[in-house]
Amino acid sequence: MHELSIALNILDVAAEEAERRSIGCVEAVHIKLGPLSGIVKSALLSAFDLAREHSALPEARLVVEDMPIVIYCKHCQAEQPVESIQELVCSVCRTPSNHVVGGREMEITALEITALEIADPEINA
Amino acid sequence: MNAPTRLVEVRTKILKQNDVLARELRERFRQDGVTVVSLVSSPGAGKTALLEDLLLRLRENYRVAALVGDLATDNDARRLARAEVPTKQITTGTVCHLEADMVADALQGWNTDELDFLFIENVGNLVCPATWDLGEALRLVLFSVTEGEDKPLKYPTIFNTADVAVITKMDLATAVEFDAAEAKRSLQSVRPGIETFDVSAKTGEGMAELVERLRSLRGLGDASNQQEAI
Ligand SMILES: Nc1nc2c(ncn2[C@@H]2O[C@H](COP(=O)(O)OP(=O)(O)OP(=O)(O)O)[C@@H](O)[C@H]2O)c(=O)[nH]1
Ligand SMILES: [Mg+2]
Ligand SMILES: [Zn+2]
Repeated sequence: MHELSIALNILDVAAEEAERRSIGCVEAVHIKLGPLSGIVKSALLSAFDLAREHSALPEARLVVEDMPIVIYCKHCQAEQPVESIQELVCSVCRTPSNHVVGGREMEITALEITALEIADPEINA
Repeated sequence: MNAPTRLVEVRTKILKQNDVLARELRERFRQDGVTVVSLVSSPGAGKTALLEDLLLRLRENYRVAALVGDLATDNDARRLARAEVPTKQITTGTVCHLEADMVADALQGWNTDELDFLFIENVGNLVCPATWDLGEALRLVLFSVTEGEDKPLKYPTIFNTADVAVITKMDLATAVEFDAAEAKRSLQSVRPGIETFDVSAKTGEGMAELVERLRSLRGLGDASNQQEAI
């Protein structure tokens, strides 16, 4: 299973981002995960629990936002959700499409910190 | 204990390190003029057998080499070395897939600008390799006729990240009552438009067509456009 390696990556990158912003204590790491990332959410959550104990962020929870698979549909001329991960067709008109515009996400989106903590103002650095 | 919290926005790829390294590798391969093709499949689908045959066919006209990843043993590298081209085993230990830094390490001391094709056989695994970009220009996903026609439906992500599908061990198709139409429906369902080759490394069936497809990557410098279209 590769979820442990992913969990370690999340902790490393989050710790680096926290340090850059002089954040002392991270309560939670928020990530976006698409079904086409190849990462299984439940396995990742368990792996994260194991990995954080000996990391720089022992208190951090992992908050996962599940992203949908979205394709560009030539027929609808619009971005549309798909029928399922097994069937990459437009859920509106059923035209197949491999133009995936969403669903591969593996991103850290935010660090959750206690409101009292003074974070660096350069938020979008 | 539960103090109010707030969110500090961060926008970073989880696999930032791998992504950056893969991008550097891809750029290096482009500059060196080497076409890099990776192979993924379940264990035993026939990656090494296919590569042994491909290396022999391509070495007539091209400078070819191969890296091969396995958890343990250098058996596959020794099999590939019989084609008398440069090969190197990457032993991953407990890691179930290749990552870009393993490829970069394995290539130390190799002059990739003296190659036309470099093949990378990933660890036999239909799950984990999907997540790691290796800087390849083309990713082949293999599945053998003995694995069941619905393999793509069971492992949609890896099939979705591949550029070309190769159905292997076609010499056994009749014996296992392989339903080719059903297999192709599964493939097209998870990866609409994917190009498919039916081959047998044993009899050579379909190999000429696959070689032709690989040769086309070297024509008119369009190899680098390939990966953009994924
Ligand atoms: N009949 C037949 N057998 C094949 C063919 N290709 C491979 N095999 C057999 O399938 C078995 C596995 O082949 P490999 O080439 O080692 O498969 P692999 O995908 O490299 O396996 P791993 O590296 O362990 O994941 C071997 O016994 C091969 O001889 C084929 O085209 N026809
Ligand atoms: Mg092998
Ligand atoms: Zn549509």
